[in-house]
Amino acid sequence: MNKTDALIIGAGPTGLFTAHQLKLIGLDCEIVDNLDKIGGQCIELYPDKPIYDIPAVPECTGEELTNNLLNQLKPFDIKFHLSERVDEVKKENENWIVRTNNGTTFSTPNVIIAGGVGSFEPRKFPVKECEKFENKSVFYSIKDKKIFDGKIVTIFGGGDSALDWAVELSNNSTVNLVHRRDDFRGAQATVDKVQELAKNGKINLFTKCQINSIKGEDKLESLDIKNDNKETKTLKTDFALGFFGLIMQLGPIANWGLNIDKKTIEVDTEKFETNQKGIYAVGDICNYPGKLKLILSGFHEGALAARACFKLARPNEKYRFEFTTSSKTIKDRLGVKGD
Amino acid sequence: MAKITYVTHDNQIHTVEVQNGLTVMEGAVQNDIPGIDADCGGGMACATCHVYVNDEWFDKLPNKEDGEEDMLDMAFEPKKNSRLSCQIIVSDELDGLKVNIPSKQG
Repeated sequence: MNKTDALIIGAGPTGLFTAHQLKLIGLDCEIVDNLDKIGGQCIELYPDKPIYDIPAVPECTGEELTNNLLNQLKPFDIKFHLSERVDEVKKENENWIVRTNNGTTFSTPNVIIAGGVGSFEPRKFPVKECEKFENKSVFYSIKDKKIFDGKIVTIFGGGDSALDWAVELSNNSTVNLVHRRDDFRGAQATVDKVQELAKNGKINLFTKCQINSIKGEDKLESLDIKNDNKETKTLKTDFALGFFGLIMQLGPIANWGLNIDKKTIEVDTEKFETNQKGIYAVGDICNYPGKLKLILSGFHEGALAARACFKLARPNEKYRFEFTTSSKTIKDRLGVKGD
Repeated sequence: MAKITYVTHDNQIHTVEVQNGLTVMEGAVQNDIPGIDADCGGGMACATCHVYVNDEWFDKLPNKEDGEEDMLDMAFEPKKNSRLSCQIIVSDELDGLKVNIPSKQG
């Protein structure tokens, strides 16, 4: 069991700056995120897109913003738990017991939800029957590529993941690559490689086609694809891999007894606390009259939620407001020399 | 101002007046029409405002910009007449536009 003053759910810009605020006022914290990397939507959805409304930063990309926030956190030791989704939050005495899908548990008086629009999950095949084969012969990510050796693998998608795996698996497997149009959005070099492998018969390419149905009893036997003219074709296959990017889902947050309206969590504007004492929501996921879904609003909300955490984490101490420019205590925490 | 008709997957018809300059996505969100999630808020960074445009209207719409087709790769059951509603800007010319919302966005 990990004990911490505050647990932050979500490693996007709001979660990162909230961590900074907590550490500045002398609280420790840990961060959980379902993605395998830090940065949230900034890194997953628009790493290269410029942002123009961060105060005092005329222009920066999602990736630059993330890196700058991480730099700002450098003086502090913060434990990140990536590729983990918080599944359960339960009250035990004065603390919240938080459990992730990997079984990591936390005991903390404060839980700050900085979850954006929810957790990123792989987008799945639209055909419902695919569910019963999931993690057996239908996959949305690859952990052990050896299981495909000598088998027939049908890959769906037109981005880098689909193309990279098509190239890689064509070494030891029979590969079908299915995409809904002729253009691919992967890196040009990979697209060229796929076209070359298709020409040499190493990859069977089916464009302007999508999955129509899937067949098999215990294990996958074949699937049907349908082209734009509604003609179907059966492909014998041992595995189906879907690479359709990620989708954001509110997920388990909906089960924690919070007041939720349209995928957002209601909070007050003093502490950004939810209807549950010690659970806060900040950034895009919170809702209050006048809420703006801007990164700068998330920073403000995180700063106030952090102060509220102090009361529950240090019930016998009084919080003192201090400026970073003048406080010796804060400078010590930051590891910078005072004047 | 244009009257836009949104048909949800269960055939519920919602016809609303949408101001010029707003997107078809915004028209849906502001009028609480279910099925258009618009998770990324119109940044063409997700595909959760995906709609099917009626054939008679599809060719009248301005062409897709770079990137829209890429995002549609990730939409739920994309078809030939698929568009991202955040990329369709409402004007008088679109009065009467009819779009169908897929059964789900994820």
